[in-house]
Amino acid sequence: MIEILATGALSTVQDLGRFGVLRFGVGTSGAMDDIALAVGNILLGNDGNAAGIEVPILPFRLRFDADTDFALTGADCAATLDGQAVPPWWCLHARRGQVLALGVPRSGARAYLTVGGGLDVPAVLGSRSTQLRGSFGGFEGRPLKKGDALAIVARAEGATPVSAISASGFGVRPPELGLPLPSGQDDVIAVRVLPAAEYDSYTAESLAQFWRQPWLVTPQSDRYGYRLEGPGLQATRSMELRSHGIVPGVIQVPHSGQPIIQLRDAQPSGGYPKVGTVIEADLWRLGQARIGQSLRFVQVDHGQATAALEEKERYLFQLQQAVQLQRKIWNN
Amino acid sequence: MNRQTNLKKVADLPAPQGAPHAMRISLLGAKAILFEAPGAMDLPHQRRIWELAQRFERWPGVAETVPGMSNLMLTFHTPPAELDRLQEALRQAWDESAGLPIEGRHIDLPVVYGGEGGPHLADVVSHTGLGVDEIVQLHAAPLYTVYALGSHPGYCYLGGMDPRIATPRRKVPVVRLPGGAVSIGGEQTGVSASAGPSGWNTIGHAEMEFFDPRREPPALLAPGDTIRFCIAKVIK
Repeated sequence: MIEILATGALSTVQDLGRFGVLRFGVGTSGAMDDIALAVGNILLGNDGNAAGIEVPILPFRLRFDADTDFALTGADCAATLDGQAVPPWWCLHARRGQVLALGVPRSGARAYLTVGGGLDVPAVLGSRSTQLRGSFGGFEGRPLKKGDALAIVARAEGATPVSAISASGFGVRPPELGLPLPSGQDDVIAVRVLPAAEYDSYTAESLAQFWRQPWLVTPQSDRYGYRLEGPGLQATRSMELRSHGIVPGVIQVPHSGQPIIQLRDAQPSGGYPKVGTVIEADLWRLGQARIGQSLRFVQVDHGQATAALEEKERYLFQLQQAVQLQRKIWNN
Repeated sequence: MNRQTNLKKVADLPAPQGAPHAMRISLLGAKAILFEAPGAMDLPHQRRIWELAQRFERWPGVAETVPGMSNLMLTFHTPPAELDRLQEALRQAWDESAGLPIEGRHIDLPVVYGGEGGPHLADVVSHTGLGVDEIVQLHAAPLYTVYALGSHPGYCYLGGMDPRIATPRRKVPVVRLPGGAVSIGGEQTGVSASAGPSGWNTIGHAEMEFFDPRREPPALLAPGDTIRFCIAKVIK
């Protein structure tokens, strides 16, 4: 068990998402930074879709009620285990009673805690992710709060615990290094965008600015979506759309002209015009964008979006191979 | 032909200018596409959407087919490679489709109109110029058909509302409406399945559990099912 000692308002249990139930009105949920969750599970030798905790707002503290392997990935948040620093992108063995504390993130927006075996919450409609609107999935269908005690899945037969490998744990380089996407400006995050249905319904000047100007992530930004602020998009005609399915990453443009990127907890359908979609391969970069930071959109076509997705999956594959090899070497 | 050329064709295909309800196929990222049917948003067209949804579940790589209001989203396990073929198949299927006549279940849903559960009934009165009784009668008269599910778990998009009570969405959305809110947004009406934000005008309240994740299927209603709103009470 792990016991939550302190948490902000929006720490939730997430896996990679709930798929195949859009037709019932159920969105995907899932980790905002899916790479961070995946890497945590790779470090621990877990099932790739094991559930962890997404921690967006600090402080966050928990106590391990049993000896537990854990990994911390995502935002670099000056974590400590009983006062000893825990590096980011690192896995470690905690002894019973030890307290893990996350501090203020130096970079990034969300930290992920994964545990050996994964969190033992029931899978609902095929996923352990928290469905906030539907109040199901995750831990009791809600964000975590102080006093919650979460069970851990028993480790798979033959899984090597971190403690058997290294007393100081081990880690990997953050994915920004393996999957770089330069924005050309400090503190501006680049994400790639594929034009969507109403792209051609904006003025040429608006579209030129859309690609050229930075877009500020405003305080009205969360797991549901990011409201952006920038030069604004001017439509060449008025658009009344019929409600249709959308996916996380869709950039909608309400009448104000200031775009909203729909994200993991967004409604699975919408009616606002869509200028583009942040490609699946870059959603994790959005997950680490902080309020007050700016985004820059880089135009890609379907072939490039597909190649980016393959590159991301290759990255995770190679990381997994490397970690497995390392485990073998340590074991011998 | 390489993939990029095919793609350009897909993105360029529709002529949206001046033809708001032309057939259109567009991309939603690398792993989803949106098919928008031409013509009116009515039951015969929607039945064709349901037929396409059923047919394209078997298209290679499709993860899910998701009907919307006279449109269909396809999601894929991996990005589809032959986009021009998919696009051609969708066009052809639409042209051939006679429509899937679903004989769904029917529910009667008692509604308390106005009062605390219908805080925006007065706004519908002032927009339409009709009286409360007239609005309630017009809202409760039709047999509504579930066209599609979306928005939130168990929520139904309904077809069949009388356009005389159409009322634009609110300028400022309400942050939290309770589940069971019966509301009007533009020319559509619906009942919220759980508490949440809404930009629609809430005119009444109904008690019904539209979604239970432990049930199979989890949603109470499906496309093709019908609802009639029954007047339980009108609070003025």
